Amino acid sequence: MATLIENKKSDHLPPVASAKTKDKPTSQITDSAMVYAMTLMVGTFLGITFTKSEVVRWQRVQDMFLLQDPHLYLIIGSGVAVAMLGMFIIRKRSASDIYSQPIQYKPKPFHKGVILGGMTFGAGWAITGACPGPIYAQLGSGVGPAVFTYAGALAGIYLYAWAKPRLPH
Amino acid sequence: MTDFILQPWPWWLAGPLIGLTVPTLYLLAGKGFGISTSFQQLGAMCSPHSRFAYLKNYDRRKGAWTLIFAVGISIGAFIGSHWLSAEPIEFLPAKFYSVWGAIKLFIGGTLIGFGARYAGGCTSGHAITGIANLNLPSFIATLSFFVGGLSVTWGLHHILF
Repeated sequence: MATLIENKKSDHLPPVASAKTKDKPTSQITDSAMVYAMTLMVGTFLGITFTKSEVVRWQRVQDMFLLQDPHLYLIIGSGVAVAMLGMFIIRKRSASDIYSQPIQYKPKPFHKGVILGGMTFGAGWAITGACPGPIYAQLGSGVGPAVFTYAGALAGIYLYAWAKPRLPH
Repeated sequence: MTDFILQPWPWWLAGPLIGLTVPTLYLLAGKGFGISTSFQQLGAMCSPHSRFAYLKNYDRRKGAWTLIFAVGISIGAFIGSHWLSAEPIEFLPAKFYSVWGAIKLFIGGTLIGFGARYAGGCTSGHAITGIANLNLPSFIATLSFFVGGLSVTWGLHHILF
């Protein structure tokens, strides 16, 4: 899964070696059109939900951090509960995905960045009133200033790409 | 019913729908729910020959779905805000439509992009998917998100808001 690529040790090896170790034999190199269609559909439903539930609103995020509105805490809490139940059923039934591969959560590892990066992320979330999903939702809804948030996020990626070898992990 | 849909949705509808994304995305696409990887994907696409290993060694073909997912979120948000809302949604307060507002959003965005990738995930990958799978580092990450957010909100309130 792409989400974990940045945590691989292969980053520190010479390019030739990392090119060999990069692809995991069990997963496809590219996804099928069906997977892209499904991803687009799930994303669309999620975008509707993000917008209609107002998690995309700066004021809602501000009120969450000011402890004045339980709305977002309840959404995150009930979301986690339902996701947990879903994963429980998937594990219980040993369900397979669209590639007929067994569904297995790949644990995100612990390192100092989980705390340091996590706190940095939280600060950004409070200032912009948006986490990554809502940034895309704001862009899609035609919210002009969200372009600055997104440009900032991309700048943050380059900053991390540059700083990664120097940061504690 | 139509009335209900056109009003802002209550938490007990929205929360479970967002939570369902986790098993649904696994079942239908074989993907773990996470959004911030799409930033890395975009960076790697913009700079395929970057001198940074973080972007150069990233598998752009394998990660292509993250941007398609992001496009889906944008389309859904357009539908939600333009066709499924009785009243216009105030995404950002008027004060953000200014130079200082743009600077704040850019700085905040930078903290989001940097922090999410340093932590290895954001609200979706850590707080929802990670905790739902009882992944201890994700508990710690989520706690850190709130330490950072609460500190900025309560500590810098008079400067920033």
